[in-house]
Amino acid sequence: AASAPKTLPSSGPKSLREMPHPLATSSSEEMGPALTPSPDLLLPRSIADKDLSLPNGTPVDTSSPASSSSLLNRLQLDDDLDVETRDLFVTVDDPKKHVCTMETYITYRVTTKTTRAEFDLPEYSVRRRYQDFDWLRNKLEESQPTHLIPPLPEKFVVKGVVDRFSEEFVETRRKALDKFLKRITDHPVLSFNEHFNVFLTAKDLNAYKKQGMALLSKMGESVKYVTGGYKLRSRPLEFAAIGDYLDTFSLKLGTIDRIAQRIIKEQLEYLVELREYGPVYSTWGGLEVELSEPLEGVSACIGNCCTALEELSEDMTEDFLPVLREYILYAESMKNVLKKRDQVQAEYEAKLEAVALKKEDRPKVPTDVEKCQDRVECFNADLKADMERWQNNKRQDFRQLLMGMADKNIQYYEKVCIT
Amino acid sequence: MEDCLAKKMEITVSEAEKRTGRNAMNIQETYTAYLIETRAVESQSEGQCAPVDSLWRRYSEFELLRNYLSVTYPHIVVPPLPEKRADFVWHKLSADNMDPDFVERRRIGLENFLLRVASHPVLCQDKIFYSFLTQEGGWKEMVNETGFQLKADSRLKALNATFRVKNPDKRFTELKHYSDELQSVISHLLRVRARVADRLYGVYKVHGNYGRVFSEWSAIEKEMGDGLQSAGHHMDVYAASIDDILEEEEHYADQLKEYLFYAEALRAVCRKHELMQYDLEMAAQDLTSKKQQCEELATGTVRTFSLKGMTSKLFGQETPEQREAKIKVLEEQIQEGEEQLKSKNLEGRDFVKSAWADIERFKEQKNHDLKEALISYAVMQISMCKKGIQVWTNAKECFSKM
Repeated sequence: AASAPKTLPSSGPKSLREMPHPLATSSSEEMGPALTPSPDLLLPRSIADKDLSLPNGTPVDTSSPASSSSLLNRLQLDDDLDVETRDLFVTVDDPKKHVCTMETYITYRVTTKTTRAEFDLPEYSVRRRYQDFDWLRNKLEESQPTHLIPPLPEKFVVKGVVDRFSEEFVETRRKALDKFLKRITDHPVLSFNEHFNVFLTAKDLNAYKKQGMALLSKMGESVKYVTGGYKLRSRPLEFAAIGDYLDTFSLKLGTIDRIAQRIIKEQLEYLVELREYGPVYSTWGGLEVELSEPLEGVSACIGNCCTALEELSEDMTEDFLPVLREYILYAESMKNVLKKRDQVQAEYEAKLEAVALKKEDRPKVPTDVEKCQDRVECFNADLKADMERWQNNKRQDFRQLLMGMADKNIQYYEKVCIT
Repeated sequence: MEDCLAKKMEITVSEAEKRTGRNAMNIQETYTAYLIETRAVESQSEGQCAPVDSLWRRYSEFELLRNYLSVTYPHIVVPPLPEKRADFVWHKLSADNMDPDFVERRRIGLENFLLRVASHPVLCQDKIFYSFLTQEGGWKEMVNETGFQLKADSRLKALNATFRVKNPDKRFTELKHYSDELQSVISHLLRVRARVADRLYGVYKVHGNYGRVFSEWSAIEKEMGDGLQSAGHHMDVYAASIDDILEEEEHYADQLKEYLFYAEALRAVCRKHELMQYDLEMAAQDLTSKKQQCEELATGTVRTFSLKGMTSKLFGQETPEQREAKIKVLEEQIQEGEEQLKSKNLEGRDFVKSAWADIERFKEQKNHDLKEALISYAVMQISMCKKGIQVWTNAKECFSKM
């Protein structure tokens, strides 16, 4: 089963017609030994290794909402990727500033280690700047329109006061870019994308970029985002629910973001007062004889509290807030994918009508569209499950972080006040 | 301390009540009355409780008592009363004298005042104080009969007057300086503490918003819902906990305030000494000049310029009889002056001795009390942090179950 992923049909340049629909019942016989049974196609690589309740060879019918959610349930398995099955590792580090005549910018080192056949070498190390990541993301969206592409950190710094070249900003960005690539790496389809490959390996990315502009992926063509014209008859309940969920979700995250920012602000104001408070005890200590030691002690404690509090606020700003924002971006992406899905369904329905009117036998076009819709459904389900798991652990992670920081704060108090 | 009243008698200010009545100008007013309860302490072997005596007093009567004590015992650092009006408030705390929290804290402060006086080796023996505790009616009249009011007025004037002492006692100068600095540093501390409390309150309360949002969010989540909901509950608990924490801190602030006002009392003693010293120097100066005058008249030499001397030179000398008379008067005055000076010196020395004894007592009390206050403050902080750890640990657990 571990070898199967390599022969997965990538949703790259092949046209939809040529590719067997992953869920079509007939195709399971056609697939033969080269492909594993259909369920695997929907799962992140690691799960392919695990025992599934689905008997091998039985395709999963996910064209109906009911089965989508049951699939969703079946996907609630361990998300810890089995390290042995992973054959692609990507890291982003080592930010460097480049000063040119026209501009100043930062590049990051992108290191790749892999055993995949798609890569000529086992190791790569290239330098990329934010522009390049942005390009990659656009290319992925273009070529994999039914997939949810992970979000990038914000392009423009809204606050205006933030220094683009400050250590904190660069580090926050680096972490986000690293996460971005890792998410793609872990994705069973996206990680095989041609553009991703080039991004990781090419010495001169700009040359490739120019070349790529002229070509249009056939896949992208056939499932192009149709703007307007088609009205959706009925959105399957499931997707309507997802849409509603995402709306509320973004809203709540936005609120949490504001609350967190407010807390940080209040904490900083508290810090200001604390900074004045401590030294007064010191001054008093200077007046006294017997009491000077305990007074100095209190002053020192307060000083330590200040430091701990500062750290807490910093950590919140650097680790907690960016993750919140990332998920808000994710939700936005998902909504876009949903919209696309709607459009595809609309197109399908319209074409269906046209067929009915024309009374022509044109099974292929609607089928194409239907296939596409199915894809969207499947991948959406997959990605949603993915997101849930990520969310779960992410939340746990950074809450633990927040708590750990609160703990540290508190331990400082304890340690020093006791003396 | 064996004679100390506090050992013989249990004193509490147990209740506070709002009253309305007519004041001296027959105008209706609202004030708070405090119930003072006293009970003689029986020896353990008897095992029986003596009956409780009680009477009601209002703040102005406490003030009267303290004024009386300050005037009658100028060498004693008289315990201060709790503040008349709410000072050093932060936004949540009310500045209203009728506010129940303020009244409650004042009740405790008044009880503390009585206990301090009762445990003072000198003050506890005062009859007026005893009557304050035990005699309901006619106490005010009794106090006024002592005539302390006259002394009080002159004392007040003197305390605020400016004058220069030629030979100040270094110890008292240093002490006065210390009390000034202490007042300044404690009031600064209290001001900043109030601001700190305000900000901390803000931080905690905003966390309460998390509770609401988590609750709303949990409604749309499946697996994460329960975890979020319970975590949100903990955030609410966290936000609510600040109220108790800050209330406890107010006690600490009150302890500091007591010593802020004590510093004032200390300063008053130093001032009194200065006054006496000045008085002494003036008396000595007066005596010296009189002696000189006498000498001049006796010997006929004019050593110091005086208008009288000049005029008598210009317009004719006095008769020997007149001079004799003058000398006699002066000699009498000098005699008086010397006696007065002697007694003033004695007074001064006594004052210094007893004042210094009380100051030492006060210093020890202060060091002891403030050390305890600081320790309990630290304990408070630790407990606050432990609570914080508890809440966040609970929240963490909820999150881990998501």
